[in-house]
Amino acid sequence: MSATLQRSEDLSSHPPAPSDTVASLSRVTKRYANGVLALDDLSLTLQRGQIVALLGPNGAGKSTAVKLLMGLSTPTSGSVRIFAADPRLTTTRLRTGVMLQVGRAPEMLRVREHIHIFRGYYPNPMPYADIVRAAQLEGVEDRMFGQLSGGQKQRVLFALALAGDPDLLFLDEPTVGLDIESRRGMWAQIRSLAARGKAVLLTTHYLEEADALAHRIVVINKGRVICEGTPSEVKSLGASTSGNSTSRSLKIIRCTTTLAATTLLAIPGVTTVEAATTLTTITSTQPEATLRELLTLDPSLHSLEVSSPALEDAFLALTSN
Amino acid sequence: MSATTLSLSTTQPGTLSRTLRILLTEMRFEIIRALRTRAFSLSAIGFPVMFYCLFGLIMNRNENISAGVSVAKYLLGGYAVFGSLGAAIFGIGIGVAMDRSAGWLELKQASPMPPLAYVLAKCVMAVVFSLIIVSILTLLGITLGHVSLTFPEFAHIDLFAAAGAIPFSCLGLAMAFLAPPASAGGIANMIYLPMSFLSGLWVPIRFLPHILQTIAPIFPTYHLAQLMYAALGAPSLGSTLGHWISLLGFTLIMLGVTWLAFRRLEQNS
Repeated sequence: MSATLQRSEDLSSHPPAPSDTVASLSRVTKRYANGVLALDDLSLTLQRGQIVALLGPNGAGKSTAVKLLMGLSTPTSGSVRIFAADPRLTTTRLRTGVMLQVGRAPEMLRVREHIHIFRGYYPNPMPYADIVRAAQLEGVEDRMFGQLSGGQKQRVLFALALAGDPDLLFLDEPTVGLDIESRRGMWAQIRSLAARGKAVLLTTHYLEEADALAHRIVVINKGRVICEGTPSEVKSLGASTSGNSTSRSLKIIRCTTTLAATTLLAIPGVTTVEAATTLTTITSTQPEATLRELLTLDPSLHSLEVSSPALEDAFLALTSN
Repeated sequence: MSATTLSLSTTQPGTLSRTLRILLTEMRFEIIRALRTRAFSLSAIGFPVMFYCLFGLIMNRNENISAGVSVAKYLLGGYAVFGSLGAAIFGIGIGVAMDRSAGWLELKQASPMPPLAYVLAKCVMAVVFSLIIVSILTLLGITLGHVSLTFPEFAHIDLFAAAGAIPFSCLGLAMAFLAPPASAGGIANMIYLPMSFLSGLWVPIRFLPHILQTIAPIFPTYHLAQLMYAALGAPSLGSTLGHWISLLGFTLIMLGVTWLAFRRLEQNS
């Protein structure tokens, strides 16, 4: 149908190595039967060996995008291709691993049995021992799923995504409920998967995770891509939307000062002022000038701290409107 | 091993044997899982056994329902149907609803598992539980209720309980996809108990008010129970063929409802 036609147009207009494109959403619109427009002309591609983080507030369309890519839902218009084929085909699913936010897996099956069942779905599964090692499940293999801690459950779900040694992984909030050590362990695993040429699509609420892991971040809101790029590009884009082209120099200044917000806003370069009881947060596009003026005006100023905007600030700037 | 041979050929037999292997694995672990889940296995088996002991073995001791058929033998048929219905409604109706609300079903759908494997595994689980329940009831009837049962009679009620698990499983599936998961438990009880009573599984249908006797044939449990009674040599209503057609019809309707409900969820989720 029209979806396939659009795809072939895309191929002709984007000549670079289509074989490296593992998954794509091309101009996808998804309107649910109840009228909700979840995705609005959204395009997204995943390349071999690439980790892409999909960021967005709740209801932005992240899970709809992932559902379409997993073939659990069909687009209203546009096309969804995985390995240049229909995501709903079994041959496509054999090359895909999925980790979803699952409230409870069957609780009275052992970890070992869960992995065994999923390995059985694939003709060439990942060796059992490798899965257990990668998901850090040594020692809990004989426990029932229901007896595991939240972090262990999450790691079992990660193991199930790895079971088929897939070329493409969908990880929906993979490190929710993990302690710092396990989280870093899972990050290392995800990185090594990408290093072995696998493509990973990650949705996360932890901006730190997207920053640490992703080669490319795609920020979506209200079903549209707001911006995409490397983590540092996204950060600077976020800064530029706060109203200044000299985005690279945007800094966040935190200090304890007696000056009133109106005085602070009059200082050159200051774009926003947020006064809390003890700490005042100032964003400035000309940090040096702002600081000079600030210190002159308030000799009693203390607890000074200057930082670059984090991904979180960029994210908030991009998605708040 | 087999994995290497499969990778070499994507031919029909390779795919077929893998599909079959997946199906068997799903069935095996579904049965293991259900047996290990005490809250389910003890109540699914416990309820019919308890009711049978109470009404068939203790309360109506040495009474006959008709010439040569004791109450204990007659109720064996009714409680076998009751057990089969319970295993399907609680095992599938609630089990699938929970898998659905937890997102587990979605993960299974996104995997290369053939969707039919999931459904068949659940049905086979209900069949196995039905057989376990009939066997326990029969054993109790023979040892404690002086029930005399010929082997063909036993084989027939086993077969009927197993076959009956299929329409009941389809009812469970329809329920799981139609009802909001949070209310699955309440709805299961609202179907399980009234349907059992209204189709004469507890009290012979001829003792029920006339109006209830006329509506009883809308329930699949009624038809399966009549088949059971006939097999046990007890008085039964209707024709064998009619009962089988009704059960088949009910199965098809439930499959249709399941399909529609599933489609509706797919479009709205």
